[in-house]
Amino acid sequence: MADGGTIATASGLRRIAGALALIRESPIAMAGLALVAFWVALAILAPVLPLHDPNLPVAPFKKPLAEAKDGAVYWLGTDHKGRDMLARVIFGARRVLIWATFATSVAYVVGIMMGVVAGYLGGWWDEVLSFLGNVLLSFPVMVLYIVIIAYLGSTGFNIVLAVTFASAPGIMRIVRGLVLDLKTRDYILAAQTRGEAPLYIMLVELLPNARGPLIVDACLRLGYTTITIAMLGYLGLGLPPPDPDWGKMIAETQPLGSFAGHMAVIPALAISSLVLGFNLLADGLREISLRD
Amino acid sequence: MLMLALRRFASMFLIMAVVSFLLFLLFESDKLAVAGKVLGPYSSIEQREIWLENNGYDRPFLLRYLSWAGNAITGDFGKSLQLKAPVADVLWPRLANTAILAGVVFAAMIPLSLLLGVLAGLKEASLRDRSISVLAVVTTSVPEFASATLLTAVFVFWLGWLPGTSAMTGGFSFKEIILPAAVLVLYDFGYVTRMTRASMAEVMTSQYIRTAVLKGIPYSRIVMRHALRNALIAPFTIIVLQMNWLLSGVIVVEVFFSYKGFGKLLLDASLFGDIYVIEACTLVAVFVAVASQFISDIGYTLLNPRIRFG
Amino acid sequence: MADSDIVPVLECKGLCVSFRTRAGEVPAVADFDMTVMPGEAVGLVGESGCGKSTVALAVMRYLGVNGAIVGGEVRFRGRDMADMSADELRRVRGSKIAMVYQEPMASLNPSMRIGEQLMEVPIYHEGASRDGARKRAMAMLEDVRLPDPARIMDAYPHQLSGGQQQRVVIAMALLSRPELLLLDEPTTALDVTVEAGIVQLVKDLARRHGTAMIYISHNLGLILETCDRVTVMYSGEAVESGAVGDVFERMRHPYTRGLFASIPLPGADRHARPLVPIPGQLPLPHRRPSGCNFGPRCAFLAEGRCDAERIPMRALDSREHAARCVRVDDIDWSAAAGPADAAEAIQPGRVVLDVEGMRKYYEVRDSSLLALIQGESVRYVKANEEITFQAREAETVAIVGESGCGKSTFAKVLMGLEQASAGAVRLDGKDLAQVPVNERRAGTIGRLQMVFQNPFDTLNPSHSVGAQIARVVRKFGVETDPAKVQEKVYELLDLVKLPREFAHRRPRQLSGGQKQRVGIARAFAGNPAIVVADEPVSALDVSVQAAVTGLLTEIQRTRRTTLLFISHDLSVVRYLADRVIVMYLGHIVEQGTTDQVFNPPYHPYTEALLSAVPIADTSVEKREIVLSGEIPSALDPPPGCPFQTRCPRRIDGLCDTEMPPRRRLADGHEVLCHLDDDSFAAMTPVFAMQAAS
Repeated sequence: MADGGTIATASGLRRIAGALALIRESPIAMAGLALVAFWVALAILAPVLPLHDPNLPVAPFKKPLAEAKDGAVYWLGTDHKGRDMLARVIFGARRVLIWATFATSVAYVVGIMMGVVAGYLGGWWDEVLSFLGNVLLSFPVMVLYIVIIAYLGSTGFNIVLAVTFASAPGIMRIVRGLVLDLKTRDYILAAQTRGEAPLYIMLVELLPNARGPLIVDACLRLGYTTITIAMLGYLGLGLPPPDPDWGKMIAETQPLGSFAGHMAVIPALAISSLVLGFNLLADGLREISLRD
Repeated sequence: MLMLALRRFASMFLIMAVVSFLLFLLFESDKLAVAGKVLGPYSSIEQREIWLENNGYDRPFLLRYLSWAGNAITGDFGKSLQLKAPVADVLWPRLANTAILAGVVFAAMIPLSLLLGVLAGLKEASLRDRSISVLAVVTTSVPEFASATLLTAVFVFWLGWLPGTSAMTGGFSFKEIILPAAVLVLYDFGYVTRMTRASMAEVMTSQYIRTAVLKGIPYSRIVMRHALRNALIAPFTIIVLQMNWLLSGVIVVEVFFSYKGFGKLLLDASLFGDIYVIEACTLVAVFVAVASQFISDIGYTLLNPRIRFG
Repeated sequence: MADSDIVPVLECKGLCVSFRTRAGEVPAVADFDMTVMPGEAVGLVGESGCGKSTVALAVMRYLGVNGAIVGGEVRFRGRDMADMSADELRRVRGSKIAMVYQEPMASLNPSMRIGEQLMEVPIYHEGASRDGARKRAMAMLEDVRLPDPARIMDAYPHQLSGGQQQRVVIAMALLSRPELLLLDEPTTALDVTVEAGIVQLVKDLARRHGTAMIYISHNLGLILETCDRVTVMYSGEAVESGAVGDVFERMRHPYTRGLFASIPLPGADRHARPLVPIPGQLPLPHRRPSGCNFGPRCAFLAEGRCDAERIPMRALDSREHAARCVRVDDIDWSAAAGPADAAEAIQPGRVVLDVEGMRKYYEVRDSSLLALIQGESVRYVKANEEITFQAREAETVAIVGESGCGKSTFAKVLMGLEQASAGAVRLDGKDLAQVPVNERRAGTIGRLQMVFQNPFDTLNPSHSVGAQIARVVRKFGVETDPAKVQEKVYELLDLVKLPREFAHRRPRQLSGGQKQRVGIARAFAGNPAIVVADEPVSALDVSVQAAVTGLLTEIQRTRRTTLLFISHDLSVVRYLADRVIVMYLGHIVEQGTTDQVFNPPYHPYTEALLSAVPIADTSVEKREIVLSGEIPSALDPPPGCPFQTRCPRRIDGLCDTEMPPRRRLADGHEVLCHLDDDSFAAMTPVFAMQAAS
């Protein structure tokens, strides 16, 4: 459905520029974007930043701003095994962002497909898919994670699988609702009356018009998946060691809080600020999308 | 109405059946593995097979499922491998503890979130609305284990006002339940507040509120009689569904504060591989979630005359 | 009338209303004057976005958080409403000034019983007891002619039909005997026969109670039926005001004249005297031109005079007639409104579409407990019963009916989105009744296309206009080579008179009329034999309607396309159609040529429908036939004749038991009715033109 590739690219760039201009109008979205961008930038740059090795034990229980023997500064101190907290927090961000984005994307692909099919084709498709969704949604999320990971073991792939099982039904519900609304529009009727195939209608006519609410939802869900991955780490069901994991960092150091509180407080603040970024961004985007 | 309740009930039953079947399939279709879990990793194949025979595992899978499900309905979930006691004996006291915690959380969260939500939604885009909305976003962004860490740092290690664990070894202690409850309220009230606010704001801009205003009736009556009833339908269903979220949060909080509840039981069981406890806890959790869904649906219908007299 | 010792009920002087938006302050109403005397009915007419509803809300001082009165004053019985305290204002609202709204369903609280909502008015304004309030409410419900007031008092809004809801809203407004009643498009959401009942009720009640009214509408015909004086608004300003007779017969503003020239009045003919659309489109509120707002669309624009400074309202011949035009004296008001390109009538050709005995039943599962016990869990909605007609090449066949008559179901079967339950639908002799659209060949699909109702929905907002037309061109195999497809897209844009740059635009950059043109271009991409137009102009403003109907006629003329025009609007149908099919509750109750259907003998339903249509022509006299009751549900149709529950000519014992026969009154003229020949012969025309005075 393109009337010239160059026009499409140009208009694509214009649209990104337009979207950024829109975001600038909402202080809430800007604040969210700044927080997210801060962590994303740190995560991307982690390997080239002048950091200590996050897994190398040096001197345990250093307070923030303590100086090492070689003159380097432990800006955020060290943990109970003597590893540099700053490096661990930044590499932890890298890890959680990669896995959260990956898991959320997979959940989205599955959820969108289920939702579009259930909403557009209706009938038995809808009955079966909605029932499957309801079965999964009837699990308290954490229980579902524990069951899946207790059964499969805690690897990155299994976490992606668990996030997909837990999130896809929710995404399906949203997409299904949007599609049920959109499919009564005359342009869908127009596509049907010219004999378009259902797949074409679903992908080209319906989905692009559902993107607004989905983008907002995706931001929220990225935040929630971040929490999930860290929470699994906290419960001992997370990604395997030795790479730093925010949740595990809290779990390991929480009992030592009485004399080295920073070890647990710092990752707690890190995850809160990242999730806050996603939530603010979603909030701001929703506000913008409702305004016009 | 009755028909709707019956239909909901049927779908609830169906979901429970499917969930229990999936669970059984997941954990007990591999018989040898089950025996391995029971007898320990160093048991021989022969020992395992003898155990399987003695415990009725030679029956066909479906029959095993049915007898297992039948036992589960009567409250017999088998024997815990880790605690060496009938699962039921462990589960019910734990569940009662969690119910106490949940009760405290709901008692604090419902009035707080409804009040804040209504106040914010009443005057959309005002400073009051903005402050409440931002507060709600911030608190929902702090996951339970993070807020537990922060609250502990302040109230336990710094101020020393509250105990850092809630094991309740010396019987029920109100002081020990404050922090776990506070953490859960903090994480959950924001969502309900935001939903209440959105619902209230939508109602206040609706045409029937315009009708009421232009009919010249006092503002207090417009809010109390015309707006609230409609605005609280959505939050009601959400609060009931919060049960589902609470059960998730409860696991983390119970682990963090060593609170002897059902969530900690489930996690310990899953880390140990205590399959009978996992099965029992999961079934109970799903049952609570499905039942709350049922209550929410029925409540929504009762509150909404458009459906009640459809 | 405006004697100095009588205080007007309402007086607006230089009223200015603005809304704060992100684009800055947007003036919605500017320099607006209006006087309403006791017992008088004043109309406020204009197209969407002209600010007429804003005036009503400004009178009520209810403009939301971002709206404000920024200039001028509103006086209620001589008292400036800006001086009123909040409490005083509350006591005026709903008691001295009451309002009736466009959407009755949304205006009633969904979770409160009707009685409770009505009783609030006397309780809070007069301190009535609950018992007293209840009696008053019941009496008022009786007054607005609602059957069984006791039952309605206990009902929730959703349990009533749209017409009943609007009667409840009117009852609520009149309960405290207000001095001024504001009606904001009170019948726009209703079917035309229901509308007629409401209009009659409002006129009647206002006369009896001596209530002054402001009647806001986009429909000039309704204004003529209800009002003494009228103010015409355009782009936030009043452009002409005066007695209804003066404005309707001696209009003195080019916009008013353009408006009248673009609505299909009896006597208009699409070939000999086509409608004249107003060129251009309404300026956006923050991009209004300098000087006269109508200037850019006006044929009489004089540079330097019209576009220099704000044009004031100017009194004309009679004291009350005024217009906002500096060139009133320069314009020849007796000349036609614009160049009307007369053309020859189109001669229909061979039969293209042949529908024979088509039926469409839907299965509905009733899952209530009662139905299960009684074993009636499956019921049928008879959406279409025995549809039989033919359409010829280059002919326009109109299908007319109110909501639920089955006209849209028929279109769905024709397009292959649904399959007929029985009968045949033959296109060029080939039966398509049972062939779903995805089993039809691309050529067949291209031969049968559709123009949709809602211009804001007809185009996919995610794709450019050109891409959407190109898809159709390729889909129907008209062209496949990219360059040729592009050329074809441009040709189609030329066909619907849109600039070629529009190919690169997105739908949201287009106005409603422009979108509808793109929809037409898309329908004509595959060189169709038949185009089904489902209410293609009902969502457009009247001045744009004329342009779109003109375009359809023109394309039809050059391409000899058959047009199936589905509509509820009899004025447009009379103007456009060669033949008319009238449907009621799934049945064709009458069909014939336009002349046959619009002149006696009529089917009683057609007769009532014709009487219900408001006509904006002071020289037309109408016979009033107001139908009682509601349109029955297709799920539960009455026994015998489908129309018998509302028919003023019902023959008891026959119509309510036996299905009427299909009668041939003349060649090609059929009615579904039990009336005998004498009754048919005795029918008089519903409306007559007076001799021009």
